[in-house]
Amino acid sequence: MLRLDALKSVYDRLEGRVVITIMGAVAAELQAIGHRPNQFYLQHAMGLASSLGLGVALTRPELSVVVFDGDGSILMNLGGLTTLARYRPRNLVHVVFDNESLLSVGGFPTATSTGSDIAAMAAAAGVPRTATVHTLNEFVAAFDEALAARELTTIVAKVDAKGPAGFVTDLALLENRFEFQRWLKTAARTSQPAS
Amino acid sequence: MPVSVNHSRLIYDALKECGVGLVSALPETWLVHLIRMAEDDPEMILVRLAKEEEGVGVSAGAYLAGTKSAMLMQNHGFLAAVNGIVSCAQLYRIPLLMLISHRGEFGERDPWQTEGGGVTEHVLQALRIPFAYLDSPGHVSHRIRKAQTLAYSSNKPVALLLCRDLMWED
Repeated sequence: MLRLDALKSVYDRLEGRVVITIMGAVAAELQAIGHRPNQFYLQHAMGLASSLGLGVALTRPELSVVVFDGDGSILMNLGGLTTLARYRPRNLVHVVFDNESLLSVGGFPTATSTGSDIAAMAAAAGVPRTATVHTLNEFVAAFDEALAARELTTIVAKVDAKGPAGFVTDLALLENRFEFQRWLKTAARTSQPAS
Repeated sequence: MPVSVNHSRLIYDALKECGVGLVSALPETWLVHLIRMAEDDPEMILVRLAKEEEGVGVSAGAYLAGTKSAMLMQNHGFLAAVNGIVSCAQLYRIPLLMLISHRGEFGERDPWQTEGGGVTEHVLQALRIPFAYLDSPGHVSHRIRKAQTLAYSSNKPVALLLCRDLMWED
């Protein structure tokens, strides 16, 4: 499975939801598919995308929050899984694209390439719903089930270690940040209810 | 435990007056009363962290979503949070109100706390984070309010160092 195809396959579901991504390929690919003001790309601070999602989810329970994480990032903040699980917001879906490598810095293998299992770690941390998926159909099904479940879910999507040629996009970091904040201010009125 | 309940209450009330609706914390001795106060307050969202750096992300998310927050941590926790402060809060111009227990200053009895105290201010200065000391009950309320005001007008992190003279009753 290509991460780009996985993102394309759920792109229509992201409208009206709070979407937070990590840096690198995920951010570049989602922007290539189509930037929207409800999409925030944390272009550094590896590990903190899930924490940022938790901060939004806890303070805005009426919104649906989707975090697109990666294996390299979540491995930097495994303790954050225990914090997510502790508060287990019902409005948060945590997707981890696991390509078993640090793709944007040369493709060096992460520990998931030697057997570390992120879904198992999330489950052991106390995340109530977890899944590991390998195909596009499995991913879309797991994503839709997670949105419908209204229970904190970590989906580990095993993807190929392939990404875009470059990672810098036309969207300035601060432009994205202020636009996203402005969208969140009006989101209560305009977004679809969390489902 | 000679951590001052009254002064902890003063700090907590000041945070409430400033409209703080979320507190992230990692327990440390000087912060026990503050954390219990947050825990007992039905209006406060208390996020207990595994590591302080997570608190930067949590506060950033809360801020962007419209909730004012405060971070409670020891100075060693501040040191553990530095990358998040730089590459999330400073990079994205996110205000943070950090209340940092300033262990390792004069009077410190725990040998393991003595190294962090000596570098805390230097690291804050290196990061160009404005900071002030809370070392006397008289200025707690207005220093917290002024610190928060600067954080929000500048869209940057600020720090208040909780000092032994305020937090500890020998």
